[in-house]
Amino acid sequence: MTMIELVDTTSSKIAAEFVNARKRAGSPAMGMVMTLLIVVPDEDAEKAMEAAQRASREHPSRVLGVILGDARGKGRVNAQVGSGGGWGGEIALIRLKGEVVKHAESVVLPLLLPDSPVAIWWPTDPPADPAADPLGALARRRITDSAAVGRARSRAIFTQCAAYAAGNTDLSWTRLTPWRALLAAALDQHQLRVTGGCVAAERFSPSAELLVAWLSWRLKVPFERTVSEGPGITEVRMDTREGPIAISRADGRLATFSSPGRPDRPVALKRREVPSLLAEELRRLDEDDTYAAVAKQLVKKKVGT
Amino acid sequence: MTSYTNPLRDPQDRRLPRIAGPCGMVLFGVTGDLSRKKVMPAIYDLANRGLLPPGFSLVGFARRDWANQDFAQIVHDSVKQHARTPFREEVWRQLAEGFRFVQGDFDDDRAFEQLRLTLDELDLERGTGGNFAFYLAIPPGFFGTVVGQLEEHGLSKGGDPASGGPWRRVVVEKPFGHDLQSARELNATLDGVFPPESVFRIDHYLGKETVQNILAMRFANNMFEPIWNSNYVDHVQITMAEDIGIGGRAGYYDGIGAARDVIQNHLLQLMALVAMEEPTSFTADALATEKQKVLASVVLPQRLDLTTARGQYAAGWAGGEKVIGFTDEEGIRKTSTTETFAAITLHVETRRWAGVPFYLRTGKRLGRRVTEVAVVFKRAPHLPFSETATEELTQNALVIRVQPDEGMTMRFGSKVPGTAMEIRDVNMDFAYGGSFTEASAEAYERLILDVLLGDPPLFPRREEVELSWRILDPILDHWADKGRPEPYASGTWGPESADAMLARDDRTWRRP
Repeated sequence: MTMIELVDTTSSKIAAEFVNARKRAGSPAMGMVMTLLIVVPDEDAEKAMEAAQRASREHPSRVLGVILGDARGKGRVNAQVGSGGGWGGEIALIRLKGEVVKHAESVVLPLLLPDSPVAIWWPTDPPADPAADPLGALARRRITDSAAVGRARSRAIFTQCAAYAAGNTDLSWTRLTPWRALLAAALDQHQLRVTGGCVAAERFSPSAELLVAWLSWRLKVPFERTVSEGPGITEVRMDTREGPIAISRADGRLATFSSPGRPDRPVALKRREVPSLLAEELRRLDEDDTYAAVAKQLVKKKVGT
Repeated sequence: MTSYTNPLRDPQDRRLPRIAGPCGMVLFGVTGDLSRKKVMPAIYDLANRGLLPPGFSLVGFARRDWANQDFAQIVHDSVKQHARTPFREEVWRQLAEGFRFVQGDFDDDRAFEQLRLTLDELDLERGTGGNFAFYLAIPPGFFGTVVGQLEEHGLSKGGDPASGGPWRRVVVEKPFGHDLQSARELNATLDGVFPPESVFRIDHYLGKETVQNILAMRFANNMFEPIWNSNYVDHVQITMAEDIGIGGRAGYYDGIGAARDVIQNHLLQLMALVAMEEPTSFTADALATEKQKVLASVVLPQRLDLTTARGQYAAGWAGGEKVIGFTDEEGIRKTSTTETFAAITLHVETRRWAGVPFYLRTGKRLGRRVTEVAVVFKRAPHLPFSETATEELTQNALVIRVQPDEGMTMRFGSKVPGTAMEIRDVNMDFAYGGSFTEASAEAYERLILDVLLGDPPLFPRREEVELSWRILDPILDHWADKGRPEPYASGTWGPESADAMLARDDRTWRRP
């Protein structure tokens, strides 16, 4: 993909460059379904843009990367714009400096695709209240990643849950989907009442906190959280009167599924990469009611302790 | 037990994928193309996506003198070569532990006894819970023997589904017979052993995203349905063209031909989806009801000689390659009357479609590989332009591109830039483009998962199969005593009679 550099530019010049790029490439950018905003520091931008591009193979999008620079001094907008390169969407990486940093939404607003939904993703540190953030307010889906934050790591997921608003979601929740699917399938097979259990994971694991909250909410019994060597979540155990149902995964790839009266069975449970997590998030843009409920549980529990 | 509701399942929780319950599959016809190119890779891809239950087991049944490892090797090679998702050792390990092989002929009682023991063993070792699907990837001539053996050895009966007893299902592929009579016999054979809801007929076209999208396009939108009738539609063309010849399939193809191979199943199913009324819901029953209504209202034209066409590809140049004719293919008789191209005209006698012909065509060694449904609209009743201005304007069309280049095209008139008022056709394309990646399941994956989940909406029922034959039989009879089909040069769009057939109605085929 060729990227066109626009120095000291404006939103309308960036928009014109999108149209130009599309014409040059013989109109490949068609059928885009959404705008994906990415707010990211300079040093993480390349990786994040690439992840977004991979995710948007499933959801062709206009991807707008926004790098917020130093807010002092005269405002300046620089951008790189590209499309094509065997990819169905278009991409712009916009660097803001000076006063305009405080008015980033004014740069982004004219670049949103007409009518289509907007999603926003903070690959690293998100605002404490994403829905109240001026850029976040433009989006219907606001994606944070509490496992990737640099500041106040251990509090991050609680901050995000406390600030929950419709449309918010966190990749630590997305990471749980295969675990949750297996656990639900386990209870399809063993129709038993769960009397308690535990989740073992490395010390810092927002996903584990969410899983404990989900399990204790759905099963109406307390779940323990224990610390292991990792990586990520290493074991989930649900106790029943016939014995424990357990899924343990020591290597982050292959898990063992054990249940009462049945032989142990291996089950592939690979830790997923960010692009596939992002693609899952973008599949549905309406409120995730289950996450909303789990976020509430987590906050309630935290206040309780 | 039945009153148990899984507390971890919640209709609001839409992220959770559907994972099949504990089960296994028995595959008959392990070495065939279908098994190696479609079924085995699809099973691996399902496992890779985490959609198979822990303990899922695959039993191969064939004449070869193999051990479990030899069977595993065959699956391994097929997965490496044909799977869509990347090969991961841990997924493979999970799957491979559940591979078993049973050696025997289809009429060998001992082999089926061995199969029964193997399944019992799997229930104990792998927790498959007695739930098994029997995939018959074998010629239909053997269906009777195999299902008979399954019944005789007590393998065909599950438990009472109402009390959550174990299930037994049978999966079959086309051809579903070669005429109405044989289709009925085949259905009677299957239905004699398995209840109708346990028989899954795979028409892989129905597993395709683009085909399912016909339903979404028609019934989730408001802008197409008002014009989806004889007031606006002039005619409909449904095309499935292949650029290849019969390849090594002479044994199967000779005597079957294009109409039986493609029109009876894929094209009539596509037509049913395009022409049917809105179902009351997307349950299997509601969909089948509407599809059956359309198929039952199909009427053939009076003069089949003027409204059908058939052809046989002759030697020629296709896409820059010199290729041989059908009768020169290995295993084909010089005097073969099997058609490799078939085109038919159908009328749907309903209020919606009266007077709108549906033209269906399919063939091998045609211009390019393409499957599409083109809804061609009537010309505007009045054009307030001079005649020369609209000379270049043809009829508006909406084209559903099923494969390749999946998407939709709308063709309409637009002004030629410049001073004079001149109007010509332009195309507006929607492409799924990049969405068709690893992330979207292949048709077989979707259908196999549906079999394991017991979810039947995408499988044609016995009634649909029989109705399709009822439509096709008179045409096949008509062709049967007309000698050899008309030859057409490879790499073209079929015989002249196909063009003549549309020219009589004052229409032309689209070049897809």
